[in-house]
Amino acid sequence: MSGAPKTSAAVRPTRARAARPVTAVPSRATRAVILAVVGVLFAIPLLALVEFTLRGGLQGGYTLDHWIAVFSGGLDRSYKPLWDGLGNSLVLAIVTVLLMLVLLVPTMILVRLRFPRLHRPLEFLCLLPVTIPAIVLVVGLAPVYSVIARMFGSGTWTLAFAYGILALPYAYRAIQSNLVAVDVATLSEAARSLGAGWPTVLATVILPNLRRGLLAAAFISIAVVLGEFTIASLLSRTNLQTAIVLVSKQDPYTAYIVILLSLVFAFLLLFAIGRIGGRTRRSVS
Amino acid sequence: MLALGTGFFDADGAPTLDNLLALGDPVVLTTFGNSIALSALTAVLGALLGAVVSYALLGARPEGALRSVVDAASGVLAQFGGVPLAFAFIATMGLNGLVTVFLKTTLGLDPYADGIWFYEMPGLILPYLYFQVPLMVIVFLPALEALRPQWVEANATLGGTRLAYWRHIGLPVLAPSFIGSLLLLFANAFSAYATAAAIISQGSQIVPLQIRAALTSETVLGRANLAGALALGMIVVMVVVMSAYSLLERRASRWQR
Repeated sequence: MSGAPKTSAAVRPTRARAARPVTAVPSRATRAVILAVVGVLFAIPLLALVEFTLRGGLQGGYTLDHWIAVFSGGLDRSYKPLWDGLGNSLVLAIVTVLLMLVLLVPTMILVRLRFPRLHRPLEFLCLLPVTIPAIVLVVGLAPVYSVIARMFGSGTWTLAFAYGILALPYAYRAIQSNLVAVDVATLSEAARSLGAGWPTVLATVILPNLRRGLLAAAFISIAVVLGEFTIASLLSRTNLQTAIVLVSKQDPYTAYIVILLSLVFAFLLLFAIGRIGGRTRRSVS
Repeated sequence: MLALGTGFFDADGAPTLDNLLALGDPVVLTTFGNSIALSALTAVLGALLGAVVSYALLGARPEGALRSVVDAASGVLAQFGGVPLAFAFIATMGLNGLVTVFLKTTLGLDPYADGIWFYEMPGLILPYLYFQVPLMVIVFLPALEALRPQWVEANATLGGTRLAYWRHIGLPVLAPSFIGSLLLLFANAFSAYATAAAIISQGSQIVPLQIRAALTSETVLGRANLAGALALGMIVVMVVVMSAYSLLERRASRWQR
């Protein structure tokens, strides 16, 4: 890096640049200012949410009553939709993740190992839902769901089929990035030449190697399912988000508290994904 | 899942021209205009702001706490968003929102002196930006990080300044990714439904809301397929945007190997 002194002399010499000789990276101060300004702007609505849950209603002033009510089980029957919605969303998340594990994962492994030529079509198919707005999907799903309702009944869990499609692109990406990082072909050939059958190869060799991708895919699917509103609301099912909208009309405080909690939960999920993904990257390199 | 996929195409099936004619309806055209204008505006603003934030994040350690937090937060806001964001903004800018009240009592300004625009189209701009900027950070940061250190060094060895680097190397290389991200943001805003639905409970100023009206309406009988026609219109817009996006993406990936 002999060019370093020259550039820092040509441009303004600062201490930050001494550490990183020639670089397009913003200085510490620039970064701090930008992030602080944007961070504050983005924090305001969230703070407003918090502030609202602390408001004392018509009497004014601030109180913790609403939070206490939520956590002390002071929610009576009128909050039933909320519990229904939460329950439904959790069931949906589980069914969606199961669908993904049962359908998507074997397909991807199979395509990777045996039918590499199908890679492109599969990728196209899996990423397609990104381009189709959920609201458009609903229009198409409405008639499909009248059939599904006849076959499986109109239980909320059937929405998992639709959510499977919604989560498909994210799950696909998470698994795919893991799949290319692991040399599945060599691993499975090694296992096969040692006499392992396909089920053993799958269960003891491939899946353990894919666990980070699978975990990330499961988390992102859960996040997608818990945050879904469009399809549930237009097909008249109750899930967490539609319940929040419903409850917000009778008791905004509780609804807002649930919103805050759900946001925090989603943040933790994604934070965990980031951590998992980060570790995968490190172990590969 | 495949069955569902094809079922979606069947929905616009048996395309009598009547339904498509509905797309020429002045009301529908206005809605499409609104939707496109809103998406374009928030996409441009979101892309610019998001690019600035991405730039600020450039050089932060990818494993560091800062990046982890920003990544997770962007993910939450960009994907989980929807209803929670709508409520956050009602708490901020609604009639009794934090900012509204602050402006009124402390600064003596009434943002809604000329009518309550928050629950109409203009009110959607800020909430939309709130999920557009994080999305921009998610899609644009990888492109920004793909700029090779060698290029900076080459520029420096040849005596180029920082400005020269960005003008002749950075910006031209990033241009396709930037415009691609812009298109993605447009598509994102265009297809967003939850936020708008939670804020605007009456009226159908943008296409997704009009589809809601067409799907749930109890008064406009005999136009059940209007929703299908609107959906088709949306798909046409999306196909145009997304094919432009994939073209640009191919151009951009040239530098990202």
